[in-house]
Amino acid sequence: MAFSVDLLIEAVIFGLLLGCFYAAVSIGLSVAFGLLDVPHVAHPAMLILGSYGVYLLGQYGVDPIVAGLLLTPVFFFLGAGLYRMYYETFEKRGQSAAVNGLAFFFGLAFIIEVLLVVAFGVDQRSAEAGYIGGSLKLGEFRIPFRLVVAFGVALVLTAALTAYLSRTFTGRAIKAVGQDEAALRLMGADPVRIKQIAFGIATGVNALAGAMLIIVTPVEPTMDRIYIGRTFCVVVLAGLGSMSGTLVAAIILGVAESIVLMFLGASWAPAVAFGLLLAVLAFRPKGLFGR
Amino acid sequence: MRFWSICAGFIVLAFGLVQSPVNDYFFFAGFVILQAIVLATAWNILGGYAGYVNFGVPAFVGTGAYAALLVHLSISGPLIVQILFAALVSGALGFLVGLISVRLRGIFFSIATVALVFIMETLVINWRYLGGATGLQLTRPTEAWPFDGYVRMLFWVMVVMAVIALAIARYIQDSHFGRGLRALRDSEDAAECAGVPTLRLKLMACTVSGALLGAAGAPMPMYMSYIEPYSSFNLVYAVSALAMPIIGGMSHWIGPLVGAILLATIQQIVTVTISSELNVLVVGVLLVVFVIAAPDGIVGLYRKWKASSK
Repeated sequence: MAFSVDLLIEAVIFGLLLGCFYAAVSIGLSVAFGLLDVPHVAHPAMLILGSYGVYLLGQYGVDPIVAGLLLTPVFFFLGAGLYRMYYETFEKRGQSAAVNGLAFFFGLAFIIEVLLVVAFGVDQRSAEAGYIGGSLKLGEFRIPFRLVVAFGVALVLTAALTAYLSRTFTGRAIKAVGQDEAALRLMGADPVRIKQIAFGIATGVNALAGAMLIIVTPVEPTMDRIYIGRTFCVVVLAGLGSMSGTLVAAIILGVAESIVLMFLGASWAPAVAFGLLLAVLAFRPKGLFGR
Repeated sequence: MRFWSICAGFIVLAFGLVQSPVNDYFFFAGFVILQAIVLATAWNILGGYAGYVNFGVPAFVGTGAYAALLVHLSISGPLIVQILFAALVSGALGFLVGLISVRLRGIFFSIATVALVFIMETLVINWRYLGGATGLQLTRPTEAWPFDGYVRMLFWVMVVMAVIALAIARYIQDSHFGRGLRALRDSEDAAECAGVPTLRLKLMACTVSGALLGAAGAPMPMYMSYIEPYSSFNLVYAVSALAMPIIGGMSHWIGPLVGAILLATIQQIVTVTISSELNVLVVGVLLVVFVIAAPDGIVGLYRKWKASSK
């Protein structure tokens, strides 16, 4: 499409909203991978699982956001259990855990994917709510309302998690556990229990993020593959474990993707996240706000 | 010596088999299992020996397939030229991945290889000449002398490729090269300090592994007589190529062979009798069960059993 300033402004606004949505889907990974160093490649698959959970509750007339909140505790315990399993089988054994731990999460992602295909089929599914169809008029620009909702929830989610991690004892302990387990033990906290809680939070957030996903776009079971690129791009670009960095990095990705979408076409868009990811890994593996 | 006679024996035996009046379906299914052997063996050179987990197998397989297609479309070159060109291009891609590994270890390396899959896929989708997003229908050449049909020839070519891949893996394992890779897998810094040329070894391992993966993908367009980007760059290749060596055992070249035969055969049976979705489930479940319960694979279980029965 030909270049014009109006289109560029529209792309940037759209990208800003999209970016906040990407922050919501990535923030769980930012905790699991960024703070805990767990190679959680199955994070995007869990996200899609969350979307399907919301879809399922939607069949009984539950609003997507309410469904996301209802599923959050379920996902918290799912995540805590998963971390326990990962700890007992890999972290405790140490050494060769690298290859096997990665393979474990990669295999898990495909198991979730196939189970979703078996349960729901390969067709796209979407959520229903009053605010999904309409759009917000802002002068000349029309902004889809579903993106505004995702934007708001994403901001609240990021702010809440940032506050939790820096204000509460458990939150601070989660931040500390990735840096120095021995010191944490001296402070009277059990590192494994702390990590279990952190992983539970990282997974619990996915229920709400999954609700955002199905509000923004219809989902299908293999969608997790493209979100591997988006979520890891955001977390790596942010710099491991930086919550506010996650928001900034997600907005950069959202704007970049939206500009490519507008001026080069949809067929190039999937490469943006992966290209950016590769570029960051090659030139600045520490990310923007790396520790 | 014994290894080489067995190899030659297999190639001759396979040649006799393709001349026999066995049903074409046998070769169609056999091709998939042989391809799995090449993929698993090639993956293990980098993943098993050096400990660098490559999630980007589809990037190499797809690149190989499309490189072969390019040769077919532009100069209508014969299969052997297609395979060699595919190996060359994928080998170059492997070299690039090797350069990435200078700075990236562990999961960062793996995620970078996933990125490669989607970048190559996007390039192909936007390349009209190669069929773009919709793909291309191809007709197999009818002539395949001295073979009775093109699929039979592809089967035999895959047998040769599997033998070559296994011979390379076996050679690397017992050589200076393989010992260097194992050293850098256990501790890259220690290996570097001990004078192991880690960068050169990693570049070589990536190039060899990439070239073999690409060569295994090269016959795909002719085998399917159809090619399109989404199935060529499907991440299912990645999880299979990783599951087979882990299930078989990564420490010995025979592990990927055992894992590939076992898993690919189960997959073929499940695909035919139940559904193609469930065969991915089989791969995933077996992979997770093995990494938890038997991280050294079947080879490891066998060694344990032998040690305890002594």
